[in-house]
Amino acid sequence: MRKIKEFIIENLILICGLASIFFVVLIFLFLLKEGLSVFKIVSPLNFLFGKSWYPISEPPQLGILPLILGSMMVTAGAAIISIPIGVACAVYIAEIAPPKIKEPLKAGIELLAAIPSVVLGFIGMVTLVPWVKQLFNLPTGLTALSGSIMLAFMAMPTIVSIAEDALYSVPKSYKEGAFALGATHWQTIKRVILPASSSGILAAVMLGIGRVIGETMAVMMITGNSAVIPHSILIPIRTLTATIAAEMGEAVVGSEHYFALFAIGIVLFVISFAINVTADLFLHKKQ
Amino acid sequence: MTHNPIRTQKIAFFLLFLATLLIVVPVGLIVVIIIVKGLPAINWQFLTDMPRQGMRAGGIFPAIVGTIYLVLGAIIFALPIGLLAAIYLSEYAKENYLTRIIKLAIVNLAGVPSVVYGLFGLALFVVFFKFGASILSGSLTLGIMILPIIITTSREALESVPQSFREVSLSLGASKWQTIRHTVLPNAIGGIITGTILGIGRAAGETAPILFTVAAFYLPRLPQSIFDQAMALPYHLYTISTQVPNVDEKVRYGTALVLMVLVLFMNLIAIVIRYRFRKKKKW
Repeated sequence: MRKIKEFIIENLILICGLASIFFVVLIFLFLLKEGLSVFKIVSPLNFLFGKSWYPISEPPQLGILPLILGSMMVTAGAAIISIPIGVACAVYIAEIAPPKIKEPLKAGIELLAAIPSVVLGFIGMVTLVPWVKQLFNLPTGLTALSGSIMLAFMAMPTIVSIAEDALYSVPKSYKEGAFALGATHWQTIKRVILPASSSGILAAVMLGIGRVIGETMAVMMITGNSAVIPHSILIPIRTLTATIAAEMGEAVVGSEHYFALFAIGIVLFVISFAINVTADLFLHKKQ
Repeated sequence: MTHNPIRTQKIAFFLLFLATLLIVVPVGLIVVIIIVKGLPAINWQFLTDMPRQGMRAGGIFPAIVGTIYLVLGAIIFALPIGLLAAIYLSEYAKENYLTRIIKLAIVNLAGVPSVVYGLFGLALFVVFFKFGASILSGSLTLGIMILPIIITTSREALESVPQSFREVSLSLGASKWQTIRHTVLPNAIGGIITGTILGIGRAAGETAPILFTVAAFYLPRLPQSIFDQAMALPYHLYTISTQVPNVDEKVRYGTALVLMVLVLFMNLIAIVIRYRFRKKKKW
């Protein structure tokens, strides 16, 4: 009797162990199932590089280039802000901060990661957006720049915590060796510790960028949602994620619009898959 | 100009400190602004009343209840699967190709954009299984989303139980499952609870996965069954700040405060539990 019970339990454990693979495959299959139908009416090339997104005009124009460029612009802006600040903060926490404030600092940054994105979006709307509008004297503060700044704050917790892990895991003997040769602490950080942890820091940056590309609510609330090809960082843009979130509510199940939004989902899934697999390779390289 | 390494170091360290302030100060400001501006809106009526006048007045009770239902549903689904998956990885998995793929799948599951979870939930639960936009669809979608958090934290907890504990139990004639059940799990319970609470916090705060699977724009009554739509706090905050004009600023800040406090409180509990169990550890 006990044997049978254990047999059942151990098989259940094995099945649950495989659940993650199952769900990743299931997500991809269902995106494909609903999304691939769009290529009956628009070729993959025209879908990815078409310049107009008018999904409910007759006939619908389903080119997502403006959305891809919108996502890329906000992401690039967020990366420019968050990478230097995030890595610098990680170095400060790992190497310089006195032990007493080290833990509170880490907890504070984890706190930032925990604040729901819709709350950050709301706070961005009421503080950052009017500020950007006033500063640059614009008709609206709902711009790519506002989105970039807000998203930078969402990427930073990821960058700081993974980069800090990487810096912390550099063997102590490296540091002692550099000190013994007469190097200052800063020289040691710059010439020894940063290069030794570079693959971990690269992974941190990639995962931070992955978070930015996938972010939905905050970006939808503060980038203005206009699906045009962006030519400046001070105009409203629209991202891939915001398009799905804003339009799926109105799309009729089984319509071209519905299929097209799932096809955008495929694009997002493929991007995040590529980023995560590459980052994982970097993280395992160091060991 | 002579090169002075000490001065360079001073400048560099100051810049690093500045970068840290650039993160910490805005975070502090965000929290303080929401507390200061949201607190005046919070009273018993706000927390326990139905929204009125097209959500411009009244309370947020149905949104709070909806979020609680969704989170409970997500945990009921994700905790057993996540815990067993963690047991598999920590106790059974060998260093082979399959294990590597499982770990990669977990990383990917954690990285899938939240709105893509929304699409998936719509296609699988709402349309394919015909659950409709319902608490069931929303809970399952959120459950799959928090699975990686529960697996990762539980696995860490299980793996931190010393190998010698298992060896003693096995040498006394206990079977592998008995060893896990009576020796490994009780010693890892702190980490497992931490992971569960972090999962709850994440599920409570996410908006995009529930947009098309459960969230009701305005539903001033409580859900009757798991096949009902429901309001939820994050979606409610989204609608009153972008979709409904002329909502009192106070109501928006109040809602943001309730949501933020709920999520941060969960994280705080998780941190405290982790700390307690670490201190209690005798090995």
